[in-house]
Amino acid sequence: MEILERLAHTVLAALLAPLLLGVIARTKAAFAGRRGPPLVQPYRDLRRLLGKGAVYSTTTSWVFRAGPTVGLAAIVTALLFVPLGTLPAAFAFPGDLVAVAGLLGLARLFSGRAALDTGSSFEGMGASREAQIGALAEPALLLALAAAASAAARGGGDWSLSGILPALSGASWIAHGPTLAMVTFALLGVFLAENARVPVDDPATHLELTMVHEVMVLDHGGPDLAFILYGAALKLWVLGSVIVAITVPVRTGSAWVNAAVAAGGMVLVAVFVGIVESSMARLRLIRVPQFLVGAAVLAVVALALVLR
Amino acid sequence: MTSLTDLLLVLLVLTGFRLLGLSRLGASIRTAGMQGVLLGLLPLVAGESWPPLRMGLLAGGSMVLKGLVFPWLLFRALREAEVRREIEPFVGFNLSLLAGTLCLGASLWLGGGLPLPGSAPSSLAVPAALFTIFCGLFLIVARKNALNQVVGYLVLENGIYVFGVTAVPHQPLLVELGVLLDVFVAVFVMGITVFHIQRAFDHIDTDQLSSLKD
Repeated sequence: MEILERLAHTVLAALLAPLLLGVIARTKAAFAGRRGPPLVQPYRDLRRLLGKGAVYSTTTSWVFRAGPTVGLAAIVTALLFVPLGTLPAAFAFPGDLVAVAGLLGLARLFSGRAALDTGSSFEGMGASREAQIGALAEPALLLALAAAASAAARGGGDWSLSGILPALSGASWIAHGPTLAMVTFALLGVFLAENARVPVDDPATHLELTMVHEVMVLDHGGPDLAFILYGAALKLWVLGSVIVAITVPVRTGSAWVNAAVAAGGMVLVAVFVGIVESSMARLRLIRVPQFLVGAAVLAVVALALVLR
Repeated sequence: MTSLTDLLLVLLVLTGFRLLGLSRLGASIRTAGMQGVLLGLLPLVAGESWPPLRMGLLAGGSMVLKGLVFPWLLFRALREAEVRREIEPFVGFNLSLLAGTLCLGASLWLGGGLPLPGSAPSSLAVPAALFTIFCGLFLIVARKNALNQVVGYLVLENGIYVFGVTAVPHQPLLVELGVLLDVFVAVFVMGITVFHIQRAFDHIDTDQLSSLKD
């Protein structure tokens, strides 16, 4: 039973993550007055892409081919450390939140290297921007997680994501309300930036000069693109489940009920992304660092407040 | 009531950070106004034991003056001036935010070393007041635009006010009302000065004023 509980979140996330992309697409369509693609469309896209062959330019090297694989592997590994509700993560060790941030960084590093490897100037530009965004998002993520950890540790948790996130409950909101609210906002900023969403990046744009994440994957096709899409969905799930653990602190006796509520929270996060994407314009590129520095500042204030 | 006081003080710190990161003058003025309203709420939650007249006068006075009258005066000056945003401050906006976090650290450290006689309504009161003071000083030093400097002056005064309300609860009402009146006159005069600088030099960039010769 314990093995089952430990593997449950990983399996659940692996199965349900593409659904989040479907929910986002449906929310955006509803705002635009359309019906939108069916919720399972991302699954169909993935199956179609996996059935295709891959074409590689002769100017690229192994780095280009390794990019999507390493990226997906890193994100799957990160997923293994993230709990859902009170369902524990598959693995946990003290300080694994740094490992999760590092793994997300590794995925970004390799997608950037693969983009640079094509030699296309547009892809290089995208890689440079993504590196900049990532470099600013990472401190904000770590500081926010540290603040959440400190708020949870007062309630007696250990220093791993599986120890921190399930320990947050309604009582921690009463004790550390302002801290957790600021952590939530900081994490939402990081979430939107890491997942290449409006207002940091627009996944729907198809103009090379404005694309950031999209331009980096232009040269990938077939299974490679499927890996990238699936990795993006999993990344959405990984960071989303951290936010949900803080914002939806439903802690009933049964881990399965908690996990079901948290999964419902994930759908709400996806709807939130859709609403943000439909109602906001993306920021000008020079404003993006300020957005992320703002998120980091929120996290710093939260951390200062809880450590005081 | 401690948690409500804490919440107000945290919001105060966040408006301070917002001011450090803003380049639009209109938004800065509005944020300073918001800070004024927060300050008006502060006596209501922090000074439960005060006589109601004092609480009402302080809360109402600072809310009306800092939340409505000052923004109105500054917006009038902004309309006269042809600028809408701070283009090139001495310290960039991201760097200002970073400096803000340093200020926050310093004020938490200083606040920890300044135990107050009597009981402060919140242990965050002194750090928040110090941070707001630092933030105002920083705005005055790091911005070129005269209107932003006026906002910095207001924020500086807000910090002192927080200190007065939370840490020195027995300060006579007359002193605080006098300070409020002083600030009102100062902002009034500064608004007129900004208008005159604008009319005489076609800009309100104080950096260029330093190269004036007679």
